[in-house]
This record gives sequence, C-alpha cells and structure tokens, in this order.
Amino acid sequence: MAQAPVRSGIADNELAFKYLLIAPAIFILLLIGLYPFVKLIVVSFQNISMFDDIRSFQGFIHYERLFEDVRLWESLLHTALFTLVALPIELVLGYLLALLFLQKLPFKQILVAVILLPIVIAPIVAGSTWRLMLDQRFGPINQVIGWFAGGDVKLLWTVDPLLVWPAIMIAEVWQWTPFMFLILLAALSNVDQEQLEAAEMDGASRWMTFRKIILPAIAPVMFIAVLIRALDLFRLFDVIWTMTQGGPGTRTETISIYAYQMAFREFEISYSAAIAFLVIFVLTVVVVLALRRVEVAR
Amino acid sequence: MKRWDKGWRLALRTAIAVFAAVLFLFPIYWLAAISIKSPDEIFAYPPVWVPGGFDISSYITLFRDGDAWAVWHSLVTAGVSTVLAMLFGTLAAYSIVRYRTGGDNLAIWIISQRMIPPICIAFPVFLLFVSWQIVDTYTGLILLYTAFNIPYVTWMMRGYLQEIPLELEQSALVDGLSRWAVLWKVVLPMARAGLFATAVFTFIFAWNEFLFALILTGSEVVTYTVKVTGYFGSQSTFWSKIGAMSMLGVLPMIFVVGTMQRFIVRGISMGAVKG
Repeated sequence: MAQAPVRSGIADNELAFKYLLIAPAIFILLLIGLYPFVKLIVVSFQNISMFDDIRSFQGFIHYERLFEDVRLWESLLHTALFTLVALPIELVLGYLLALLFLQKLPFKQILVAVILLPIVIAPIVAGSTWRLMLDQRFGPINQVIGWFAGGDVKLLWTVDPLLVWPAIMIAEVWQWTPFMFLILLAALSNVDQEQLEAAEMDGASRWMTFRKIILPAIAPVMFIAVLIRALDLFRLFDVIWTMTQGGPGTRTETISIYAYQMAFREFEISYSAAIAFLVIFVLTVVVVLALRRVEVAR
Repeated sequence: MKRWDKGWRLALRTAIAVFAAVLFLFPIYWLAAISIKSPDEIFAYPPVWVPGGFDISSYITLFRDGDAWAVWHSLVTAGVSTVLAMLFGTLAAYSIVRYRTGGDNLAIWIISQRMIPPICIAFPVFLLFVSWQIVDTYTGLILLYTAFNIPYVTWMMRGYLQEIPLELEQSALVDGLSRWAVLWKVVLPMARAGLFATAVFTFIFAWNEFLFALILTGSEVVTYTVKVTGYFGSQSTFWSKIGAMSMLGVLPMIFVVGTMQRFIVRGISMGAVKG
C-alpha cells in the first residue's frame, strides 16, 4: 500500500491515478474478451448459418442440437483422451530428465539450452517438421524403423487411422516434454537438501523420501505446470492442423478443429456459437473444480 | 574401485543426457537441413541425412517471390503488439500491486481471459473486425495480439513489481516526485530484468500465433505461420519452401534461447517458479 493520504485532495488524486493506470488494459480486454462473449450468447439464440439469417429469439434449438451431435462429442472425447495420455507422458519424461540434470553433468548449460529449444518454436512449425520427418518416403523416421525391421518400411503416419494419433502424440510430446523438464528442474533444485540428507540418514526408502519430502515441495509448481499444459492441450489446434487437419475423416478432430470447421468452413454461425459456449462452460467448471481441490488439499 | 565406479556413472549419465539432447535437436536439424538441400537431395530415397552443399536457392525463391514479406509482417505485428501489451499490462499490474485496484477478483478475472480457448471467441472477433474493416490489416492483428497478451503481462509484472521495496517509492514521493515520475524513474528501472523477460515471451507468443492469423489475414498482412501451412497443398507439398520459411521463423527463437536462457523458466511457467 502507498503511504496513507494526509489530505482528502491527495486521496482523490490517488483514486484517479490508480484507475487511469488500469483503464487501457481493462478497456481492451472488455473489447476483445467480453464483447465477443456477449455476442456469442446472443448469436447462439438466433439462427444464422449459410442458408438462414434469422435474428429473432429462437430458443434453445442449437443447444438441443449439441446433445445429438455425435461428431461434437467424439471431438470432445478425442481432446480429453489426448490430454489424458499426452500429459502424464510429458510429466513423467520431464521428471526423469529433470532428475538426470539435477546431478553433476558436463556441458549442462548447453544441453539444457538444446532441450528447451522445442518450447519456443511455433507449434505450427513443430507440426510441419514432424510431418516432413514422418513422411512415408522422404522422412527419416520410416528409414530408421526400416533399419531395425530389416527392409523398407512405408508407414503412412499422417493418413493411416491407426497411426495418426501416435504421430500427433510424438510431435506433441517432443515439443512439450522440455516444458515439464524445465519447470520440474527448477522446482527440484529448490527442494531442501538438508531434509533429504536427514531422510537418508534415517534410512528412509526412496519412495518414502519422494512422497514425504520431494512431492510436497514440488507439488504447487507441478500443479501450475499441469494446469497450463492441460489448458493448452484442451485447445489443441495448430499441430493437428498442419499434420492431419483433423483427418482422416474426423479421426483426429479436437474440439478446436471441429469448432473451426463449423464456423469458418460450414458457416454454421449460431451453432458454432453454442459449441463455443459449451466449451467455455465445461472449461470453467473443470478449472474451478481443480482449483477448489487444490485449496482443499492445502 | 569406488572412484572408478563414480567415473563410470558420470559417463553413463552424460551419455544419456547427450542422447536426449540429440533427440530433441534432431527434428530442428532436419528442418534446417531441408532448407539448404538441393531439390535432388530433398527427394532422394533413401533420405539424405547430411546435405552435400549449402544450397540457399529455397531462401532466394522466398525473397524473389515476395513470400519473405510474411516474416516482416510477423515482425511488425509481434513487435508493436509486444510494446503495447507491455505498456498497458505493466501499468495495470502497478495499479493492482500498489493500490490493490479491484482486489483479488480483478487480477483473477484478467488472467482468466487467457484461459478461454481462442477458437471460442474467434468468430465474434472476426465479425467485429469485419464491421470495423480491419480484417487483413496490421491494426487488426496488433489489436488482437495486444489483447491476447495483456493478461500474461499483467500477471507476470504483478509478480515482479511485488518484489520492489515500497520504501523506495515512498521516499521518492516525499522528495516531491509526482506519481508518474515515481513510476517512470524509480519503479520501472528497478523492474528492468522482469520487463525484459516478460517482453521476450510476449513477443514469442505473438510471433508463433497461428489460429487468429489464419482467420484474420487474407492476402495483405499474412504472417509466416500462415505461409508455412499454405505450402502444404492438396496436390503437392513444397518441401523446400516449408523448410526455408520455417527456418526464418525459428532462427530468431534460437537466438532468444541462446542469449536469454536464464529468463526462460520463470517466463514459461507464468511465474510459478522464481527463476
């Protein structure tokens, strides 16, 4: 807090000052954040599509349609499953890497710098790169698999329904394991060394040390990292857009890809607004529940 | 005996660490290699791992055809929006930290603006920009990226500004400096490192953004991310252009990591770890 105002004149001045500072930020956020949100709700109760332009109140027709839309629920399922598989893999690999780099290593700085490169690269570039890497003929991945298989391998990574998800998973894990690694490395270096030594002297098992000392120490940071990644995975768009565009068919369609197709390809404006509203609703519920659980745990 | 054992362990650890680094680096190497391969090498079977020469014709094509303007468009939109987001976000953060403007709720509302998936507001934003006639202009993308990054800047700068001792500001006020002068001459210089780190990430986010760029650009102000995806055609894929354009987008990022490694942890973890 600033110093206590002596005269009321200064207090007024201060009041004006603090609102003046924050006004531009709030104005822009309301413009780009709140206005579209309100517009979204309004449009979802109208009926605007490629063929219709009905601006009067139409009730809940689009919301009812949500429940019958198999493609929508499949895309939500894809998103959820992908998050549930990719996130633990990134977390575990990142943790193992962090343990490795916690110890003494030559050229540590350089190796860390190399490993964190994928994070700052555009997801779109990561997707493109992996699409080239996984190319059936000119990519090195099939070539390497061929060395082990002892013969030519022609796996259609971005086309074969069985391989598309693993292909996207590889790109995703490659790009974001370094994120988990970096955050866990920083968190682990802050763990109290004296406690660890004391535990070792008392003959605590590795698992007990992990559960009672390391985990509580890194849990808050780990939670934020998982939350950030979960929110990112929930909106997964870029990597899939370059690698498969949601295909083959709708096999790799996430909720973001589906919402994009509905709004910008099929011009189902009102329906896509209902989808967007559903997504925001689901997300808010999940985030609030997650935050509350953490508060309870503390 | 024990010493030998220790040395052996260190060697094993180093080997695993180097192997991991190679795994993470290889795709970027492959991309760079494609960008300097000759057309014959790109489409050689089995694939060529080390380019025979340094063929820059892919880059020359990009500059000759004018595609390279996309990098300039990315630079302008990311650069200007970073400056604006830093300005508005930092002022807001200062207001929140020093005067508790809006209490905790306002700070949480601001950060929650970042959690909404962009696709959800994409169409309303598109309609808004159509009515303002700023689709496919610098103004549109800059406005959007500024709005998109303000929550991040506010959140990060809130953390950095909290660490500045209040006594300094108070004594400056007693010395007769105005509130604006205190902010510009005392507070911001002290938060220099934080400002710099935050700006770097704000720039990276805008530089790498794709979804809004795809929706809000057409032919005039196309950013490099949109260009890259455009080279994946339905009939043919322009490998050399993908390689070269991607590298133009990646090289600045490699520079960032090379020079600013120490800022990076805190920046990407949204301040969860004090770096």
